[in-house]
Amino acid sequence: MASGQTTQEYIQHHLTNAKMCSVEGEIVFNKACSDAGFWVWHIDTLAWSIGLGILFLAVFRSVGKKATTGVPGKLQAFVELVVDFVDDNVKSTYHGNSSLIAPLALTIFVWVLLMNIMDLVPVDVIPGIAALIGEHAFGMDPHDVYMKAVPTTDLNLTAALAIGVFVLMIGYAIRMKGVGGFVKEITMQPFNHPVFIPANFILETVTLIARPFSLALRLFGNLYASELIFILIATVGFAQLPLHFAWSVFHLLVLPLQAFLFMTLTIVYLSLASQDH
Amino acid sequence: MNMNATLIGQLIAFTVFVLFCMKFVWPPIMAAIEERQKKIADGLEASMKGEKDLELAKAEVKSKLTEAKDQANEIIEQAKRRASQIVDEETQRGQSEREKIIAQGHSEIEAERNRIKEELRKQVGLLAVAGAAKILEREIDAAAQSDIVEKLVAEL
Repeated sequence: MASGQTTQEYIQHHLTNAKMCSVEGEIVFNKACSDAGFWVWHIDTLAWSIGLGILFLAVFRSVGKKATTGVPGKLQAFVELVVDFVDDNVKSTYHGNSSLIAPLALTIFVWVLLMNIMDLVPVDVIPGIAALIGEHAFGMDPHDVYMKAVPTTDLNLTAALAIGVFVLMIGYAIRMKGVGGFVKEITMQPFNHPVFIPANFILETVTLIARPFSLALRLFGNLYASELIFILIATVGFAQLPLHFAWSVFHLLVLPLQAFLFMTLTIVYLSLASQDH
Repeated sequence: MNMNATLIGQLIAFTVFVLFCMKFVWPPIMAAIEERQKKIADGLEASMKGEKDLELAKAEVKSKLTEAKDQANEIIEQAKRRASQIVDEETQRGQSEREKIIAQGHSEIEAERNRIKEELRKQVGLLAVAGAAKILEREIDAAAQSDIVEKLVAEL
């Protein structure tokens, strides 16, 4: 806990993203962006998520390029383990051509897992380093340097993932059943009579929209809550050591589980979208 | 909650990552995995086949061995039978040879005896004639009295 802050300020500081926006043709940061409306970029979320995504793709790509069909090395064995795990999950749920769904599931699983794992880095480490860099390299007030290192605690990121999956759901539904089939599905169910078209439409649309919302909010909610608890634990002095240990151990379970859930639900939703009822 | 342009940035990043994964990450890794799975499956199949072949070969060896043993026994049996047959035959042949030789000896002896008997008869006849001639030297003509000599010879 940095000096000269109340607990409330400390928590607030840790839960604020680093912002970047353009005000009157000039690029400004953080508090200057409070009136910028929609066109604000969370540069910490973007940097960490894209960095971790590139790390994932670079490692897997290098393994894929050097992949031997003989006895695999340790890294290749690990990568193949992950790929095979994802492939099994896809194959057990989605019965069809999975040339898009399987890589999608792999990307979601590994990327979200990597971003979640940032939660296990002690809460002051990355913001502390960022504050030092900001203070000494850019001459900023360290209290004005914000750095939220867990991208999945940003609703923008989880919503972006959910919207991506939602677009694919609609796309798969239309590709498999045609536009007419898709329209029929959201208007002629569950009551197959023209009179019920409005009621059906409302019911089915809610069902459809609930899926991306649940995807985005589940991941965001879990990670935001766990991050918040980590920050709270960090405010209690030396008592934080056993608490932090216990909460971290618990998150060894929670973090992969959330990544796995996001992947599985993506597969299930796409599978439902491409099936006839 | 502050939803903002970050959403768009993340959406673009997500799309790019998924497309990259789909084009350059998933296919080579999956190809390697599938290739290896095929190799392992082939290897297992080959080993299974090898095992089966070995089993077959073992059974064949066993049957061949039994057959060979049987054949050897038969050959030995045959040889024994042949040997005893040869011994029997030779014994028989020897027996008959012996009998033949003995019979020949008998007949030779018989012939010799007959020849000597004849000779003796002739000699006795001559001796008798000579003796009679000595006794009756003067008045008896040997030729005139030959019927008596003949009679005498026949009686011997």
